Amino acid sequence: MSARNNILNRLRTSLAGTEPRPDDFNETLVTEPWQYTPDSRIQRLRALMEAVQTEVHQLPGEQWPAKVQALLESRNLSNVLYAPGTDHGQKLAEHWQAHGARQDLVAYDRPVEAWKEELFWEVDASVTGTVGGIAATGSLVLWPDRHEPRLMSLLPPLHIALLKASEIEDNLYAIMQKQNWSAGLPTNLLLVSGPSKTADIEQVLAYGAHGPKELVVLILEDQ
Amino acid sequence: MSQRIPVTELENSFRGRASEALADSQLRTNFRTAMDSLMRKRADAFSDPDEREDLRELGNHIKARALSKLPDLLEQLETRLTKNGVKVHWAETTEEANQIVHGIIEAKKGSQVVKGKSMVSEEMEMNDYLAERHIECLESDMGEYIVQLDGEKPSHIIMPAIHKNRHQVARLFHDKLGVEETDDVNELIRIGRRTLRKKFMEADVGVSGVNFAIAETGTLLLVENEGNGRMSTTAPPVHVAVTGIEKVVENLRDVVPLVSLLTRSALGQPITTYVNLISGPRKPDELDGPEEVHLVLLDNGRTRAFADAQMRQTLNCIRCGACMNHCPVYTRVGGHTYGEVYPGPIGKIVTPHMVGLKQVPDHPSASSLCGACGEVCPVKIPIPELLQRLRQENVKSPKEHPKVKDGGAKYSRTERAVWRLWAGLNTSPTIYRLFLWGATRFGKLTPKNVGPWTQNHSAPVPARRSLHDLARDHLGSQGTKGGRS
Amino acid sequence: MSELFYDAAPNATRVAPERPKVRNYPDKPPEVTLFGTCVMDLFFPEAGLDAIRLLEREGIRVHFPQEQSCCGQPAWTSGYVKEAREVALAQLNLLDNGRPVVVPSGSCAGMFRQHYREVFADEPETLKRVEDLAERTFELTEFLLHVCQVQWQDLGEPTQIALHTSCSARREMNTHLHARQLLGKLEKVERLEHDHESECCGFGGTFSVRMPEVAGAMVQDKTRSLMDSGAVEMVTADGGCLMNINGSLEKQEVAFRGRHLASFLWERVSGEKAS
Repeated sequence: MSARNNILNRLRTSLAGTEPRPDDFNETLVTEPWQYTPDSRIQRLRALMEAVQTEVHQLPGEQWPAKVQALLESRNLSNVLYAPGTDHGQKLAEHWQAHGARQDLVAYDRPVEAWKEELFWEVDASVTGTVGGIAATGSLVLWPDRHEPRLMSLLPPLHIALLKASEIEDNLYAIMQKQNWSAGLPTNLLLVSGPSKTADIEQVLAYGAHGPKELVVLILEDQ
Repeated sequence: MSQRIPVTELENSFRGRASEALADSQLRTNFRTAMDSLMRKRADAFSDPDEREDLRELGNHIKARALSKLPDLLEQLETRLTKNGVKVHWAETTEEANQIVHGIIEAKKGSQVVKGKSMVSEEMEMNDYLAERHIECLESDMGEYIVQLDGEKPSHIIMPAIHKNRHQVARLFHDKLGVEETDDVNELIRIGRRTLRKKFMEADVGVSGVNFAIAETGTLLLVENEGNGRMSTTAPPVHVAVTGIEKVVENLRDVVPLVSLLTRSALGQPITTYVNLISGPRKPDELDGPEEVHLVLLDNGRTRAFADAQMRQTLNCIRCGACMNHCPVYTRVGGHTYGEVYPGPIGKIVTPHMVGLKQVPDHPSASSLCGACGEVCPVKIPIPELLQRLRQENVKSPKEHPKVKDGGAKYSRTERAVWRLWAGLNTSPTIYRLFLWGATRFGKLTPKNVGPWTQNHSAPVPARRSLHDLARDHLGSQGTKGGRS
Repeated sequence: MSELFYDAAPNATRVAPERPKVRNYPDKPPEVTLFGTCVMDLFFPEAGLDAIRLLEREGIRVHFPQEQSCCGQPAWTSGYVKEAREVALAQLNLLDNGRPVVVPSGSCAGMFRQHYREVFADEPETLKRVEDLAERTFELTEFLLHVCQVQWQDLGEPTQIALHTSCSARREMNTHLHARQLLGKLEKVERLEHDHESECCGFGGTFSVRMPEVAGAMVQDKTRSLMDSGAVEMVTADGGCLMNINGSLEKQEVAFRGRHLASFLWERVSGEKAS
């Protein structure tokens, strides 16, 4: 541990005789410029996400499984990855069974090591939930867990995310406080604000760098 | 362009490399176009100047607060991360950091590493270190990948391949990957995606940098647009994050303004596509994510900069690159001219603490001190002031005990003597007026070539009568006295 | 570094100074000192004289202490603190009489207002005098605009000009805003924008001789954009930039030139050909 002690000792020596600076964090600076009415909140999130090539649909809450089916149909995709242990995963499965959808429902129900090749190359699309949205920046908040693993929103070329209209907050600070993030974060909390992109060649924007080429957000209105 | 000093004489200096870069019109166009566009985007992203200035001030205060209790925060970060299951390592030098990373890979008998974008790993020259030990370390950020493929170094900290245009990338992909030459950027990116996805799948270890390390929660925050950072930190069984000790912030909420400042300053985006907060390895019941997460905390000169309260401000840096985007020197000579990992204004003030002024003796003077860098810095690092300070350290004699590593690199008795004469001239009204008298009378005798100045200018010919003369005539003796009247 | 800027403890972690508040301008004084600057002294003395005339036209008695030389900026920016301090102290002693100081060059005014605090950071007693000088130092355009509140009649022919402002001056002194407003008072003068107007012309004091290749590329770009603006001439209120830009134009053997704003203004409002 000598590197550790050397570094810390040097830092402490340099700070000798000084006081730590007070915490003068002024939260109004990160909240006041970013406040919206309920309607404009959704409008802003849509506008920002659409500006980075995200497809956004707003629909009554119960209609989303049919919309997912339609999205897959229109793209002529053959399968979709889902999380069977979640509420929305079950709803999707029920819909699939009831309507005899032709796309394969692929359950993420085993460790990645068991099917890495398939997961990396053969999955066309995925459906995941979100724990909220952020109007100020046009972002989704994803809270992956054992039921809905991290790679679901990363590997498939099409990612369909479900966002409850009532869970869109004004800004990052607001959602962080409301959901009390500092009390306990998941292994990997994510903000997603569009499909994967790069501008590394001549600053020309190209979508689908390493993650999803397409992001579709379904904003679910309260029932 | 006017005549230049032959490049051969200057090859290994900033001036020499700058001369080469300036002669490359393609390179100059690539940079000018890109920097103009980045400046515009940033300006658009901060449309309200009051909001921008308030946020910069907040960003500055957050970083200053973190630095004012840095050792405590590092310990808190270590405690939290350890509790979360992350193994924390400390390295004083890049050699130590490389050994740690290599040790982790060895323990897993790994041979393939994928790397998300990390400037600290560039400091370490990790790719070369691992390659010498028969471990492939592949860059996965598109720009970094392009640069690595061509055996180059990044020329910009955010846009590593900005010095290349699409034709140059097309040719490179054709030559190295055997694909058909195409100028279609989308197609080029598709090629990169395909090639790299295989690597993500096969990699034994993923390496990443860190944008902010949050002490309160034990969290590593990474921003990116491509998804390669998420891939590198999620797909391989082991994730190793490498970062400088200055990246720690106290509280989770501190990152709210900092992320906003970072993405808006760097790219003019309200936020990046992904903001990735990692707080631990895969939990026993989880289905993906690395089983091991390591954090390597690197010093490499940072405690040296920290020791000087003025230079400590260099550690505010959040690596957004706005200073280089707005720098008239960087825009013209590009990143490779600086010859070091960090180019541009920020490179000039952080590099001396890492490698010493002897290795970069011209860095402090390669600036017109125009102040554009300081004006846009999201955490208000007074870059021009620090450049000026480095110039002081650079010309100190050994007896004056320079405070920056290898200070006094530009110490010259002759130059010091010239400035002594200059001071004598300007502190003695008699000598100064004698000088004016001579200059105005014999100005016409100014030679056509007066050193570097006449490379770009006609020779400066003094006026026939000085302002001192004209004012005395105009105002009479009444108006010519200074001091307390 | 100065306590005026930073925390009291010498090794405490620093925060940036607060944003400068809008400057409060005094009423027009009966007398001022003109600090001519060394570049103007030797290379653009007529412009200095025109500055004096502009001030006198406003009913102000101008003093030009013959003991003045240079503000110390060249040594300061080159890292020669001791030499800069000696020269700065000589000017400070000379100007230490409570009289407002008008400087027809933005970067030298910025030296008095901003950097003397750094030059004398270790000398608390001198710092008080430095603060006093900073408070009564005005760049020429700022002084004409805000202190004299000039009302001018434009006696010249219609013309189109480009305005260049020194980078340090615009950032430290807002000179670009002052000069634009002043020019706005001349009804027959149209100010044309030029490409990358806020970008440095490449002078930077000793930078232009230490890094002549880079500085040369910068001044080439600057002169090209000035000429491309369609303006018939360039005006600037900074002697260093003027020497750089005109020297380059002359070397390029083109007819386009810049001149000091003081000369341009004097010509417009006096109806006389500038000196």
